[in-house]
Amino acid sequence: MSGRVAVIDYGAGNLRSMCRALTTIGVDPVVTTSPATVAMACAVVLPGVGAAGASMTRMKELGLTAALRTAIAEGTPFLGVCLGMQLLFGHQDEGNVEGLGVLPGRVRRLSPGVKIPQIGWNRVRLVEAGPLGHAGDDHDAYFVHSFIAEGVDPADIAGLTRYGEVFPSIVMRESVWGVQFHPEKSGDWGLELLRTWGALIHARHAAPVAAASA
Amino acid sequence: MIEDADRVAAVAAAVEDARYRRVIPCLDVTDGRVVKGIEFVNLRDAGDPVELAAFYNQEGADELVFLDITATTDSRSTMVDLVARTADRVFIPLTVGGGVRSVADMRELLIAGADKVSINTAAIANPELIDAGVETFGQQCIVIAIDARREPERGGWGVYTHGGRRAAGLDAVKWAVEAARRGAGEILLTSMDRDGTKDGYDLALLEAVAAAVPTPVIASGGAGTLDHLVDGLAPGRADAVLAASIFHFGEYRIIDAKHHLAARGIPMRMDQQ
Repeated sequence: MSGRVAVIDYGAGNLRSMCRALTTIGVDPVVTTSPATVAMACAVVLPGVGAAGASMTRMKELGLTAALRTAIAEGTPFLGVCLGMQLLFGHQDEGNVEGLGVLPGRVRRLSPGVKIPQIGWNRVRLVEAGPLGHAGDDHDAYFVHSFIAEGVDPADIAGLTRYGEVFPSIVMRESVWGVQFHPEKSGDWGLELLRTWGALIHARHAAPVAAASA
Repeated sequence: MIEDADRVAAVAAAVEDARYRRVIPCLDVTDGRVVKGIEFVNLRDAGDPVELAAFYNQEGADELVFLDITATTDSRSTMVDLVARTADRVFIPLTVGGGVRSVADMRELLIAGADKVSINTAAIANPELIDAGVETFGQQCIVIAIDARREPERGGWGVYTHGGRRAAGLDAVKWAVEAARRGAGEILLTSMDRDGTKDGYDLALLEAVAAAVPTPVIASGGAGTLDHLVDGLAPGRADAVLAASIFHFGEYRIIDAKHHLAARGIPMRMDQQ
């Protein structure tokens, strides 16, 4: 593999588990706040810590929002985790700010009637056959969140979870993936998901080489 | 596309809330070693919390708790190192408690790889510590541990510190309500009357606290049989059960506990079994 996977650091958070999970699946993470590092990275992970408002402010200050949009536009494999997935969408009720707006949809608080935040394991059902398995497959993942995405393009929804109400727990559009849960805390299946996502990096780097030699 | 929308709608209608209850082994640690080591497991080093954590993960534990029972300043760096080594190998949630006194203590443990910190005595002395932790790290990171003992004269339960020896002069249910109001993500509720007795959890205590707070409650203290776990997880009681000795001494395996609970209709994550 060429290059390193940029793990975006935008505040007080535990990035160690994510980095260790990435190392475990054989990719080389680098924790960064630098747009230049993002530009050079072979893939980007936007992890899930903090609040949307403060996070967007901090990322703007660091020049990261533009760098992330550019990386995504160029097809760099991208994984948003928890808040990192939510920031792929537009309006964020938390902090009343705009996210990256890479995918259509908005982010709002879970509806009352359930304990908020959702903290714990829940089921993820795959919506269609794809890199993660067959339509209807169930997997268990570890969730920690108070907000969910809504108004998401159905074509982008790869997995659904119910916590009182149903929400998208996996979204995919080409090389942009987002997961509402924490794959780095979801045991063996979490690592398998990361490994499957990591394969995008290899695929992307393999393709131009094949084209050049043809 | 219409087909995409239809497919998503069909799955959305069918997908169910798993409502998993959690089984959480607790490791008491002193000077970086498990206090009550497992004898039956074929571990390289049965006293090494990292080895034990990896084993419990393999057995299907939903989360892990490390409790530093010495909780001295000297033991802090040992604990931080232990958490870091565990986080390198175990990819399920890890809560760490014992002697957490400040936001700086919390940060150190969270950066080392803990997902949650459990606060007990320091929060009683300074309840604003809960707000500060929630403000800085989010409520999902902050677990408030309450050691409760029956006080008939109070008509309920009192809060205790120092291993149940010292009364804090607080009502346990009221303290749980205040902790939740200040943003605590979970209440780890230990019955000091039942702790070590193997007579089962104090179910009345669980019910009283669960009815009073919107926050998940973790039952602790008294589990001696698998049916005690079933009792603790009945509706209106706990969201998770914590147990130490029944797993450590090899009476039951976590995998057996989860099968037992699942067979009695309690939703269990069985992904790994």
